[in-house]
Amino acid sequence: MILIVEKVSKTFGGLQALQNISFELPEGQILGLIGPNGAGKTTLFNVINGVYPASAGKIIFRGEDVTRLRPYELAHRGLARTHQIVKPLNELTVRENVRVGACFGRRGASLSEAGRIADQVLEFLGLNEHAELLAGALNVAQKKRLEMARALAAQPFLLLLDEVLAGLNPSEIDTMVEAVQSIRRQGITILMIEHVMHALMALSDRVIVLDYGQQIAEGAPAEVAQNKKVIEAYLGDPKLAEKLFNTQ
Amino acid sequence: MISWRNPGLWPLLAIIAAVGIYPILANSDASREVIFTMLLSIALASSLNIILGYTGYVSFGHIVFFGLGGYTGLYLLSAWRSPLWLALLAGGLASGLLAFLLGKAILRLRGGYFALVTIGVNEAVRAFIVNFAPFGGPVGISLNFRIYKEYGGAGQALWLVYYLLLGLTLLAVVLSYLVKNSKFGLGLFAIRENEDAAEVMGVVTPNAKTWAYVLSAIIPGIVGVLFYFKNGNIEPGDAFRLNFSIELLVMVMLGGFGTVSGPILGAAGYQRLRGLLLTTPVLKDFQLVVAGVLLLIIILFIPAGAVGWLRQRFPRLRKALP
Repeated sequence: MILIVEKVSKTFGGLQALQNISFELPEGQILGLIGPNGAGKTTLFNVINGVYPASAGKIIFRGEDVTRLRPYELAHRGLARTHQIVKPLNELTVRENVRVGACFGRRGASLSEAGRIADQVLEFLGLNEHAELLAGALNVAQKKRLEMARALAAQPFLLLLDEVLAGLNPSEIDTMVEAVQSIRRQGITILMIEHVMHALMALSDRVIVLDYGQQIAEGAPAEVAQNKKVIEAYLGDPKLAEKLFNTQ
Repeated sequence: MISWRNPGLWPLLAIIAAVGIYPILANSDASREVIFTMLLSIALASSLNIILGYTGYVSFGHIVFFGLGGYTGLYLLSAWRSPLWLALLAGGLASGLLAFLLGKAILRLRGGYFALVTIGVNEAVRAFIVNFAPFGGPVGISLNFRIYKEYGGAGQALWLVYYLLLGLTLLAVVLSYLVKNSKFGLGLFAIRENEDAAEVMGVVTPNAKTWAYVLSAIIPGIVGVLFYFKNGNIEPGDAFRLNFSIELLVMVMLGGFGTVSGPILGAAGYQRLRGLLLTTPVLKDFQLVVAGVLLLIIILFIPAGAVGWLRQRFPRLRKALP
């Protein structure tokens, strides 16, 4: 298991953002994380990569308890992530952004090595023609790819993808899905939050569903899609949902 | 790898060296004094730029390192009769140490909070020294005139100080260039642009910020010793003048923060302007008003400063203007 999350809870004052979340992620798999808005998906990412300390529970990454570690310590150990709300380093060029990932992530590359890695990663994600542009000048789709490029440049063991498909048009989604598949073929394990269901269903080996900070379902994509609780969480009323599904 | 063949660094150093050597060749005391102030500003502004321009932390009270260095050095020179080189070293170390300790404590604050605390630190150090007997309390420290004899008399000592300052200024520029073009510097820029993202990407932000602060404090500490050695005395009111801190900010912002050449251009330009204002009878009392208005205009209209603006307008200049 590359990642074990054990009974993790997170509270913000009186708000229970995560409650007793437990799952295991075997190496090489893609695990999808879904749930309605505000379910706690991004919070779970933030707890896993050390942005917020967990209020209770344990996180084990590659056999090591990493529950109390800072984000940069996790980055050095081989965990990389993208952000749902993109965080480009605006006044640096696209290439420099990616070099930061290569220099300071697991790879810890030297500057010149980081330059080579950046060129490869940018080419892989189709950003090479924008390499010398300031990151602030990219459009949203490109910024999402930049997030991914920075994460990949670190050459991580585990990649957390936070809604990399949101806001993209269908052809951009297809390109991104292909990219994710190709990343997985390189042996990188992926945990991804996604709202674009058809893409998630196609990509994931397993899916976990969160609702109000609770884990309400887990299983293969097809099973989860049929789960009553899941349908209710998404649509409120299972009967209405059934009706909707039947008319399709 | 850092490229020593970067087309931008050598011309910069050559220009500074040429301007610096001019008073020596002309053997002119008057021009030496003008260039002295200019070199001093370049060294201080380039150092400030490491924490301000590269890391994005506004150090409002940066003059504290200049003052503390000066005090440490003069104390050693007068009370311990230590040689100048030792005083210079101690001044740099004292400032570096203060920055290190402060960095651990206050660099977790972001934005305006950090800026405010740096003003507080400057005032606190001043208040401490006013009450610190070994440093002469409110009177300060005056050097015995005999000290200069070891350096061939007061006139010779002035020249010696000038050579040393020229060397230190070149060193400050080289340091600024090396930091900017290193992996460490890339981490600083990442912090400046988005500290949270930098941390997630693996930049060890607490350490990087602390070392940036230390690097930006050492040269001001050494330069402080030189300045007050030349001056012959140091007083608390003089050593920790907030005005000078703000003028340094104006220089960095005017030239272009986050670039190597910006603080040099800004410092030279600002000192030139200041000289003009001080010698114009009507304007001589308005020097600081001009500094304030200038800062306002820069931040409103050309936040990237002169060099930043040029680099944006003419991307081809990027290599030539580091």
